[in-house]
Amino acid sequence: MRRFIGLAVGAVVLSGCVARPTLYTWGSYEEVIYASYATPGKIPPESQLEALEKDYQQARATNKRMPPGWHAHLGYLYYQLGKADQARQELQTEKAEFPESAVLMDRLLANLK
Amino acid sequence: MDLRALSFVTVLAVALLGIVGCKTVQPYDYTNFRAHPPRSILVLPPLNESTHVEGTYGYLSTVTSPIAERGYYVFPVQVVDQFLKENGLPTAGEMHQVPLNKVAEITGADAVLFTTLEQYGSKYQLLNSKTVVKVHATLVDTRTGLLLWEGRGVAEQTSSGSSNLLANLIAAAVVQAINSKTDNAHNVSRLANANLFNPKKTGLPFGPYSPEYQKEP
Repeated sequence: MRRFIGLAVGAVVLSGCVARPTLYTWGSYEEVIYASYATPGKIPPESQLEALEKDYQQARATNKRMPPGWHAHLGYLYYQLGKADQARQELQTEKAEFPESAVLMDRLLANLK
Repeated sequence: MDLRALSFVTVLAVALLGIVGCKTVQPYDYTNFRAHPPRSILVLPPLNESTHVEGTYGYLSTVTSPIAERGYYVFPVQVVDQFLKENGLPTAGEMHQVPLNKVAEITGADAVLFTTLEQYGSKYQLLNSKTVVKVHATLVDTRTGLLLWEGRGVAEQTSSGSSNLLANLIAAAVVQAINSKTDNAHNVSRLANANLFNPKKTGLPFGPYSPEYQKEP
């Protein structure tokens, strides 16, 4: 009897929501995007980069990947600061990590020249 | 606990299981999806049918993680938005009109997710505030133009006050003040997305980067 109850309750918990580990470290990526749109010009690219770089250090410490688009976004921020070399490096990292991005990354890389 | 109490708990647990597990839902027809399973998805800024202009980016900034966590490559939404703007497409409406073969040529995306905000924002009533986000999404194959998947996600959040009328009036004003700064609908968008993408028989199937890829029946 008791065992059956345990089973039933366990099944309820399972069918509800099991927290799966995420595939990526999200950190503040989406909130940085939100904030930059919600208060245009108020958050300088430097601070956005700082927040994202912090996430990156954390991800490295826990051996997790950065999400799709993340390195390209970083490259876009470096580009805004006129740091073409770093921008180029991030776009290339995006392409290496996610080959699906190759067509767009090549296009953006060509625009950098 | 005596036996009667035990059996009551059992019945309750089983009833709960029934509610959670066995809701019958008409499954989505994934024929087109299975014929052209995408690896990469380009998400355009949503068309905004609500009266809240902040919805466009309040929503766009919540849509990457749910799709990427289902196993797809998601193009960087802000980079794409800026790129399209710099290339003569200043609004979501114009971006949604770009021919699919052009999108494929420029970005290499397998599929485009078109979203429409049917509702977005908070309404302040006397005693509480209600935030609603309702989004409709269609996923279209860039090479064939076929509709691969579509769905609708809705989420609602009501913040209610206490039973004291004066306290309620103050509470509603405070809630309004807070929400007008943080745009609660931005947070509710995440719930709407979970209801849109994650349901088993009607949601977006798992993609190649997910450990669940192609394990679904």
